[in-house]
Amino acid sequence: MTSDALTGPDHHAIQARKLARRRVLSIVSHVVLIAASIGMLYPLLWMLSAAFRPENEIFSATSLLPSSVSLDAFLRGWKGLQVSFATFFANSFVISILSVIGNLGACSITAYAFARLQFAGRRFWFALMLGTLMLPYQVTLIPQYVMFLHLGWVNTFLPLVVPKFLAADSFFIFLMVQFFRGIPRELDEAALIDGCSRFQIYWRIMLPLSVPVLVTAGIFTFIFTWDDFFAPLIYLNDMQQYTVTLGLRTFVDSSAESDWGGLFAMSSLSLVPIFLIFLFFQRLLIEGIATSGMKR
Amino acid sequence: MTVRSLATAPPLGRAATPSPWRRFWRRNGAGYAMLSPWLIGFFGLTIGPALISLYLSFTNFDLLQAPNWIGGANYVRMFTADAKFLQSLRVTFFFVLFSVPLKLIFALAIALLLNRGIKGLPLYRAVFYLPSLLGASVAVAVLWRELFAGDGLVNRLLALVGIVGPSWISNPRYSLWTLILLSVWQFGSPMIIFLAGLRQIPRDVYEAAAIDGAGRTRLFWSITLPLLTPVVFFNAVIQTIDAFKSFTPAFIISGGTGNPINSTLFYTLYLYQEAFGFFRMGYASALAWILLIIIAVFTGISFLSSRYWVHYDE
Repeated sequence: MTSDALTGPDHHAIQARKLARRRVLSIVSHVVLIAASIGMLYPLLWMLSAAFRPENEIFSATSLLPSSVSLDAFLRGWKGLQVSFATFFANSFVISILSVIGNLGACSITAYAFARLQFAGRRFWFALMLGTLMLPYQVTLIPQYVMFLHLGWVNTFLPLVVPKFLAADSFFIFLMVQFFRGIPRELDEAALIDGCSRFQIYWRIMLPLSVPVLVTAGIFTFIFTWDDFFAPLIYLNDMQQYTVTLGLRTFVDSSAESDWGGLFAMSSLSLVPIFLIFLFFQRLLIEGIATSGMKR
Repeated sequence: MTVRSLATAPPLGRAATPSPWRRFWRRNGAGYAMLSPWLIGFFGLTIGPALISLYLSFTNFDLLQAPNWIGGANYVRMFTADAKFLQSLRVTFFFVLFSVPLKLIFALAIALLLNRGIKGLPLYRAVFYLPSLLGASVAVAVLWRELFAGDGLVNRLLALVGIVGPSWISNPRYSLWTLILLSVWQFGSPMIIFLAGLRQIPRDVYEAAAIDGAGRTRLFWSITLPLLTPVVFFNAVIQTIDAFKSFTPAFIISGGTGNPINSTLFYTLYLYQEAFGFFRMGYASALAWILLIIIAVFTGISFLSSRYWVHYDE
């Protein structure tokens, strides 16, 4: 980079040529990146604009700007099925929030035990926990279904929520163990000498110091649960219990051919919570992916 | 809170030597008490069901009657008499084979462009990441179904330049490709991991090589790529496992059928049909175990091969 400082009288010319080349390269990069960005976002923006378009325009339009803006599609879509989307959104929120609470509580206390407590068999259980990271859910699916069926839990939110309170997603345990290990041990030892119980150390010292990892785990749990389609598909049969994802699927299968506008309006609306998380927690999302390989 | 005080308080009115059970509890009680939710989940939701699923895979089970032991018949049928199973394997392998490399190539190419100290990096990164965050949703699958329909947006755009496109999703020659494209479109998260990896490569290595006269292409093949192989490996394994398990897009786009003529019959979709369409729970359990074996074998091969192409720091 700096070697050309020694190249003699015409190094100014070389420097200038180099600068010009760098500028051209930079412009080319931006052109490529902007074109790619437009290509990437076009479908999403098009869906959003289709939601606001007059119905007769959806099947002819390629531009992103509707000729006139109307909220008709939202009103039609909201009441497009026998049960209103208000119910689906409420259900999705209840399931997602409960899942976040369960996952954070159960995974953090498990992670605390693995990261800090000494007990017989700790390494053994930890290894087993890591082993289940790779297990595809299909392997446990059918016996779980049979069990929930016998418990009378099918067609309730319990099969979707209870596993979260039992720390069934070991990925988040692993994530938190990694974080807890980075907290200085002196803190818990001092608290132990002051007479704190193990639970108090977990509750008063570890959790307040772990806000970043808890927020990261919380937003990813929310997104995964909000988006989840498979578990609701299997466990929820009554439309009153449907989540937004199931509502959309029913919409596609029943009336999509006649009401694309309503469908796109509801699809766009279903993405709003995730988009808001993206706006407010982008840094945490990106760090979460870069440091732990979170799937999305 | 009470766990420790119980464990440390001397048992009242007991002999000085506590029972071994009590001693075990005193030493390990706190740990096991805090581990108990996970232990219940581990036995009740993971290991227990996995073993039962293994048992069910050797039975005939329709939920109504008790499972009926039939030995390895499910597995034999799969490989000898079930064309749909073989088709679902073909579809899934094809999907994995094309979607994963294409996705990683895009992710790496864009990451390389972004890593050159470009202005507006946070904005570009956000734009490329967004589809990967939203892409797994039902909403985007619904959108895809419209985009690639006969009268969909893609064909309308093609018509502008005078091309009459086919109905992509209902033509078996292209239907799987629309799903591959949907997966590639979500290259954002591997891109972010590549960006983080690129930042780890020390600048002085490049400077030294540049002084030695290495050009851009040479720098990429001799420095960037070898030093990035651990990240490539990580991304490849994660994305491949994920691709094997992909379900929602194929389900939504084909309306749960895997059609046209089973061209999008993903393995997981077939498993779902067998289990919850036909209630052949024994057969579906066998399918699940074959999936586990496929993923395990693939992961094993990746780790074994990594010795020959992944460069780790000494």
